Amino acid sequence: MALSRISSRSNGITRPFSAAFNRFISTDSTPITIETSLPFTAHLCDPPSRSVESSSQELLDFFRTMALMRRMEIAADSLYKAKLIRGFCHLYDGQEAVAIGMEAAITKKDAIITAYRDHCIFLGRGGSLHEVFSELMGRQAGCSKGKGGSMHFYKKDSSFYGGHGIVGAQVPLGCGIAFAQKYNKEEAVTFALYGDGAANQGQLFEALNISALWDLPAILVCENNHYGMGTAEWRAAKSPSYYKRGDYVPGLKVDGMDAFAVKQACKFAKDHALEKGPIILEMDTYRYHGHSMSDPGSTYRTRDEISGVRQERDPIERIKKLVLSHDLATEKELKDMEKEIRKEVDDAIAKAKDCPMPEPSELFTNVYVKGFGTESFGPDRKEVKAALP
Amino acid sequence: MAALLGRSCRKLGFLSSGHGARRTVSTETGKSLNLYAAINQALHIALDSDPRSYVFGEDVGFGGVFRCTTGLAERFGKNRVFNTPLCEQGIVGFGIGLAAMGNRAIVEIQFADYIYPAFDQIVNEAAKFRYRSGNQFNCGGLTIRAPYGAVGHGGHYHSQSPEAFFCHVPGIKVVIPRSPREAKGLLLSCIRDPNPVVFFEPKWLYRQAVEEVPEHDYTIPLSEAEVIREGNDITLVGWGAQLTIMEQACLEAEKEGISCELIDLKTLLPWDKETVEASVKKTGRLLISHEAPITGGFGAEISATILERCFLKLEAPVSRVCGLDTPFPLVFEPFYMPTKNKILDAIKTTVNY
Repeated sequence: MALSRISSRSNGITRPFSAAFNRFISTDSTPITIETSLPFTAHLCDPPSRSVESSSQELLDFFRTMALMRRMEIAADSLYKAKLIRGFCHLYDGQEAVAIGMEAAITKKDAIITAYRDHCIFLGRGGSLHEVFSELMGRQAGCSKGKGGSMHFYKKDSSFYGGHGIVGAQVPLGCGIAFAQKYNKEEAVTFALYGDGAANQGQLFEALNISALWDLPAILVCENNHYGMGTAEWRAAKSPSYYKRGDYVPGLKVDGMDAFAVKQACKFAKDHALEKGPIILEMDTYRYHGHSMSDPGSTYRTRDEISGVRQERDPIERIKKLVLSHDLATEKELKDMEKEIRKEVDDAIAKAKDCPMPEPSELFTNVYVKGFGTESFGPDRKEVKAALP
Repeated sequence: MAALLGRSCRKLGFLSSGHGARRTVSTETGKSLNLYAAINQALHIALDSDPRSYVFGEDVGFGGVFRCTTGLAERFGKNRVFNTPLCEQGIVGFGIGLAAMGNRAIVEIQFADYIYPAFDQIVNEAAKFRYRSGNQFNCGGLTIRAPYGAVGHGGHYHSQSPEAFFCHVPGIKVVIPRSPREAKGLLLSCIRDPNPVVFFEPKWLYRQAVEEVPEHDYTIPLSEAEVIREGNDITLVGWGAQLTIMEQACLEAEKEGISCELIDLKTLLPWDKETVEASVKKTGRLLISHEAPITGGFGAEISATILERCFLKLEAPVSRVCGLDTPFPLVFEPFYMPTKNKILDAIKTTVNY
């Protein structure tokens, strides 16, 4: 069947393939069962099975979207070095499997809230590349109208609650969202993501206690990339078994570089949370870049370690091997797909570069609700008295 | 666009000793150091002179994200200079406890924007410990250091100036240095002061500010403001990195025949009211400038106090040129900041009132 390309406003996940990849469509409903690379380790619960139900369509989707995420992050790296992105930029490459596996297990009614390493999660929630690059470069077309920047991506219609700079602060927020979901009987859950550094914040335990007390559908996901900025986990935590830190709250340790393990775990967690209350997921993952663009990433870990993970555990390579072994595409077709992705990213960057910066008056908007704010004076306090819009 | 052009207005030459009369504590020469190196020297001296002093915080072991603590762990050992996990409330609480046992706890909060989880500990524990125990206990050995202020691209959470929150708390002291030489002396004073102190370091100046800093152990007294530039027409009061901007405005104003007196407050709580009062009684006009948002900023306290003391001597309303009443913006930073031109405009308006 012939396919037509949907306009460039479509999001990354559901974009159909071009006519060149026609033959995949005939296999899209073929179910495939994939074994996760490692078993799950459970705390106070029974781990889910290692066999994950999937389909060829999903497998290809995983590859495409993860490759898109990877390409996007690398492009953001170059843009930052070219000083088109200012401020702080925290890149997610290496951790794509967590974003994609989670999306595959849930719906857009389930909420996700995360910290500042949010570009790929935003994309997974249905954000477009144009919105990503515009926001990174501080343009009007960005998802937060250019006022948030790299650390503050949000998408209300997909229940993506951002995008937070202060470490650990998003977890109590996430539990609050879960409370609202339970109160409104929405049959939805909230995934509150945080890192191994944030795992030592007191507010996390406060939120966990409340969630457990009131059986909230909150899933706390520790994206353990083993380094809190430059501090290795064993130097910051007495117990680096973050999935056990909930004590009375069940936990699951997952290989975060395996998208299917993540998917299985999130599905399991969602079912658990809706029925029994909070659960902690620890995703054992890794970031190739440093903490942020100001961090070379090599002063606290060896280059051998980074390249070792890249060779042995890279999430995209894993999916690629699965795609090839299941004969869903040839090497060349995958390379072409990657080329197409590269072009897509370049186009989005070019489009974002053309976008205007926000109007200076936007400095004053959204401080308070429109019309209920205060007045703002000009520097000499004699003129330019304007009610904040 | 304008937003990008505006960034260049923050390029500063640093306060040199050539402008106006200087009444500095130490006019000796020393090594040319930048702010983080001066603070580093102060910490080395502090740890050296008191074996019961400790430096801890996030990432201080390898030198800290701004290199203020370089070499300390190597020289004094991991038992005295150590990293903590990511928990500001815990870090400060821990510091209060250490100080209560008679030690000098020099705590680092990585960015002032992250100090809020520790706010309860500072306000409710540190500030009131001596008072509520009837002087049985105190945490005077506590010094909290935090980089504050705009840096050009910091955005919401790497640029805040929270000094006003802390100036509202009797029981602690708030100190902000303007330059490397001042920072070293003030930090040593803060560490040795028998009261808990919050020491904000202007992060913009960590590398930008270079000055001759004497190598020996010296302190600069707290709660003493300094007139760093003498003038007759208007008094300008500021602290930290903002002073360099104000100095530029003063130079521009001088070309137009306005003679400005510039005062560095140094200690915000308790602040030197006498010096500012004497200056305003001489000039009759006051302008205060700070990066923090104008409403409720520390400029309001200075304005109200000076009004009480110098009402009849004032020729014009007290002018405040401060950050706007919005969260610290990302792309809009050049519009938000109290720039040289805004200060210059305000000087002229006040003088021509």
